[in-house]
Amino acid sequence: MKVLVAVKRVVDYNVKVRVKADGSDVDIANVKMSMNPFDEIAVEEAVRLKEAGKAGEIVVVSMGPKQCEETLRTALAMGADRAVHVETDAVLEPLAVAKLLKAVAEEEQAQLIVLGKQAIDDDCNQTGQMLAALMNIGQGTFASKVDLADGSVNVTREIDGGLETVSLKLPAVVTTDLRLNEPRYVKLPNIMAAKKKPLAKKAPADFGVDITPRLTTLKVAEPAKRSAGIKVASAAELVAKLKNEAKVL
Amino acid sequence: MAILVIAEHDNASIKSGTLNTVTAAKKIGGDIHVLVAGANAAAAAAAAAKIDGVSKVLLADGANLAHPLAENVAPVVVEVSKAGGYSHVLAPATTTGKNVLPRVAALLDVAQISDIIAVEAADTFVRPIYAGNVLATVKSADAVKVITVRTTAFEAAGEGGNAAVENTAAGAEAGLSRFVGAELTKSDRPELTAAKVIVSGGRALGSAEQFSAVIEPLADKLGAAVGASRAAVDAGYAPNDYQVGQTGKVVAPQLYLAVGISGAIQHLAGMKDSKIIVAVNKDEEAPIFQVADYGIVGDLFSVVPELMSELSK
Repeated sequence: MKVLVAVKRVVDYNVKVRVKADGSDVDIANVKMSMNPFDEIAVEEAVRLKEAGKAGEIVVVSMGPKQCEETLRTALAMGADRAVHVETDAVLEPLAVAKLLKAVAEEEQAQLIVLGKQAIDDDCNQTGQMLAALMNIGQGTFASKVDLADGSVNVTREIDGGLETVSLKLPAVVTTDLRLNEPRYVKLPNIMAAKKKPLAKKAPADFGVDITPRLTTLKVAEPAKRSAGIKVASAAELVAKLKNEAKVL
Repeated sequence: MAILVIAEHDNASIKSGTLNTVTAAKKIGGDIHVLVAGANAAAAAAAAAKIDGVSKVLLADGANLAHPLAENVAPVVVEVSKAGGYSHVLAPATTTGKNVLPRVAALLDVAQISDIIAVEAADTFVRPIYAGNVLATVKSADAVKVITVRTTAFEAAGEGGNAAVENTAAGAEAGLSRFVGAELTKSDRPELTAAKVIVSGGRALGSAEQFSAVIEPLADKLGAAVGASRAAVDAGYAPNDYQVGQTGKVVAPQLYLAVGISGAIQHLAGMKDSKIIVAVNKDEEAPIFQVADYGIVGDLFSVVPELMSELSK
């Protein structure tokens, strides 16, 4: 059974981004980039399914500029077999990515498609759901446990009040939550080996997909700063301040 | 212009996030209709009809909608939205809303605008990106605007409405997914996203036993909900659904007490709109102090008991 994993190159989660002076965009020149943390979890899950003998080939796919190759090589070093890079410098919204992913998933005949639940740059949390809709297949979002059986997959989902389990007919889309697994570190020999693994190049035009953005960003700004607080010496002083100054007790 | 709000409910009552979403709909302007998709959900529909500002409630009632499975709910929303010619489709940005609405958007072939915190115009909205470190103002060119609403950014709509309830088709079972079971966290405390006061614990608590021994009595004393940092959840001190942050719940209570939480940007993304933030941490360099209105540098195991006795006075 073939597994397709979608990965995104994003600003590293430790970086605090700044807004450009003209408010047109976020300044990401010379900023450290990494694989989206939720996508690392997605790759890890696919590799574990393969190691457990439940999945066959793992294909990773990424969309975006040339540098996405590095992200794909990381996924290959983690254990993916093959990569597809849909190269474009255009701005891609989740709907466009979902359409491109649908084309790749159908070409590859993937049975399980794994994505992160959201990318930590645009914080959209849309692509997996959109892909499942376009393919008219089931979706197991915010997965904290994936139990693959013949023809179906049981997904335990993190929901607001606790956990929920759904059973999905394959093919299906799963999006990963934080607690699904702990992604492995890539080892140097695997990084070397990953350089030899196949990486196919595609362009959005190959799939005949319209990727025109539907949204225009008018401006970006930093949120209002909180005014500096004070340190208090004792619990008594704190309670007094909360009662008399802040009036929240 | 008419707006469709997708209600979140348990078939008997309406969940609070729906009320905040109705307020966001009011800011856009236009007739507000609420869709209740469920099974034996007449009581929830009746409750929705009482929300102030709602002019019509549509009830899609069918066994296929007993659990809000996206595969079954999304086609109903799409049908209703096309038949009603709605210009906007809104849902609260809860796990249910986030699960269903992008599926609706893709079926309508429109972009979704996630987690809006402000309405600038009928087609222009503000939403946080990069863990809340940046606010983006976006304008949609789509005919139908599909939007999830950050509930903490809008007041809850009150009661006083008297809308008519109309039945609508519940659609067919999609046959793609099946509800197997749920394991819900039981709590008598207020719901995290709606609480006025939240006491949140981090890794410094050291164990699940200490988490419940230190954090829970303080929360009970304040009538507060309990939250946790990712580190505390990952270490097993607290259940997943307590997590506050970019990838957990976003809260904005009157008072947020962060106990033994360092304040990583992912955590701050979930709580920095709280009115008053109090931090208890033994590391005076902890980033949490940069957003805290009041901070105590000290060991939480001695500060929290002192706090308890001060509150008893």
